[in-house]
Amino acid sequence: MSPPPRPERAPLGAETIETEVRGDRVGPAAIAALAVRSVTKTFGGNRAVDDCTLAVRRGTITGLIGPNGAGKTTLLNIVAGALRADQGEILLDGEPVASRRPDELLGRGLARTFQVPRPISSMTVLENLVLAGQRQAGERLWNTWYRPDRVGLQENAIVDRALGILAYVNLDHLRDASASTLSGGQKKLLEFARSLMADPKIVLLDEPAAGVNRTLMRQLAALIEEQCRERGVTFLVVEHDMDLVARLCNPVIVMSQGRPIFEGTFDEVRRDEEVLSAYLGGQFR
Amino acid sequence: MSATEAPALLAEGITSGYTEVPIIRDVSVSVARGEIVTIIGPNGAGKSTLLKTIFGFLQARTGRVFVDGTEVTGMPPERLVRRGLAFVPQTNNIFASLSVRENLTMGGFTLRDEVEPRIDRVLGLFPLLAPRLRERAGRLSGGQRQTLALARALMLDPSVLLLDEPSASLSPVMVESVFAHVAAINQQGTAVLMIEQNARHALAVSHRGYVLANGENRLEGPAAALLQSDDVRRLYLGE
Repeated sequence: MSPPPRPERAPLGAETIETEVRGDRVGPAAIAALAVRSVTKTFGGNRAVDDCTLAVRRGTITGLIGPNGAGKTTLLNIVAGALRADQGEILLDGEPVASRRPDELLGRGLARTFQVPRPISSMTVLENLVLAGQRQAGERLWNTWYRPDRVGLQENAIVDRALGILAYVNLDHLRDASASTLSGGQKKLLEFARSLMADPKIVLLDEPAAGVNRTLMRQLAALIEEQCRERGVTFLVVEHDMDLVARLCNPVIVMSQGRPIFEGTFDEVRRDEEVLSAYLGGQFR
Repeated sequence: MSATEAPALLAEGITSGYTEVPIIRDVSVSVARGEIVTIIGPNGAGKSTLLKTIFGFLQARTGRVFVDGTEVTGMPPERLVRRGLAFVPQTNNIFASLSVRENLTMGGFTLRDEVEPRIDRVLGLFPLLAPRLRERAGRLSGGQRQTLALARALMLDPSVLLLDEPSASLSPVMVESVFAHVAAINQQGTAVLMIEQNARHALAVSHRGYVLANGENRLEGPAAALLQSDDVRRLYLGE
């Protein structure tokens, strides 16, 4: 499959970000929750992400779609701090964060899930969630010796929160099961639950629907919508399942050969001839 | 059971799991020669567990498995591939550090002199891999990797191909391509048993289907009938 030809210039995000940087726009929506500016990442001779500029508006569920190999997961890894970009800037709520580690970014409210879920398989479902509790006093030896009451109280609060989230994603019946025994779809739900433990402002979801049956996918979609609507969480969703993208995402950004080539509503995306031929295929005609 | 009448694959009364509590109980599936059969069902139903048990990654606590009429229950995967069974897992299904050609050669590990002609034959089915033979497999895109995984599994000319979610994580256009490949593989005489969350697509290219729920057989029938069943559409196709 040959990707669509590149436009002269990435058409989206750039203007928004420029105005943000100049401070021309005011109000809470003016600064993007996440801005990616001229980011490039090369592996060997392959430019996986190529001068990529895009913005994710606060309070949106933004879709990021594109052919396999377009650079979507690489971009997510760069944004989440798992990979260092060769060049370019990442702004989280307007603050440059390009050199931050994943745990620092999590502390600033950026959580992510993985395409292939990675729970700690030797732990139970509940333990996996408890581990994701942030700034635990018990992580410091000093506190465990001299402030055991405080550590205990906090641990109890984290367990309560984890149990609440497990019930929220309908995994509470599996709280004591080893994470290794979960099915693929249940691991996806656990990943999502883990991202919520950090009380995030923005969540990067890497293919939340892959390997998840339709009924569970609808539950997951409802949870994402609820988090966005009720708690104002911003989502950037990399996804190939167009039912989920159509239901959840607005706007949808199409990426090809390492950079965005189109942004619009899902209906606008599916009417674009280049996107149709390179990515969506005949079933969407 | 005589070899001429025997299904390409028969798994009967399989009980299996990872701990003392079984994930699947008394599950049976069969795949006739020349058939494509799809298993659908909710997450956690035991679909992957069934495939892993058939392919010897897990030991069945009860039940028996036959390939082309010969009992293979309890055989390890490396012996099962010699008996005509091939398996493409959902992830980690290629050797990323090896070239495309080396991956195909590994797929034909029991062959002696016939590796090259077999590679040529497999490339006839997957021509897009031909210009990439020297490329490191880890550099392929998701769709290309899945294509390579299918090609590798076909190197030993299996009589039954087991596929664990072949369309997961693929772009819509590549999903169409993978199912077209599955149909083409079947046209060459290989029976296929696959599990898929993309049930609509998978059943559309299948002859028959099974619904697994809670670790047990729930429904079975012609794929077209399952696609039209109100229960299946509501519960498993999200309609």
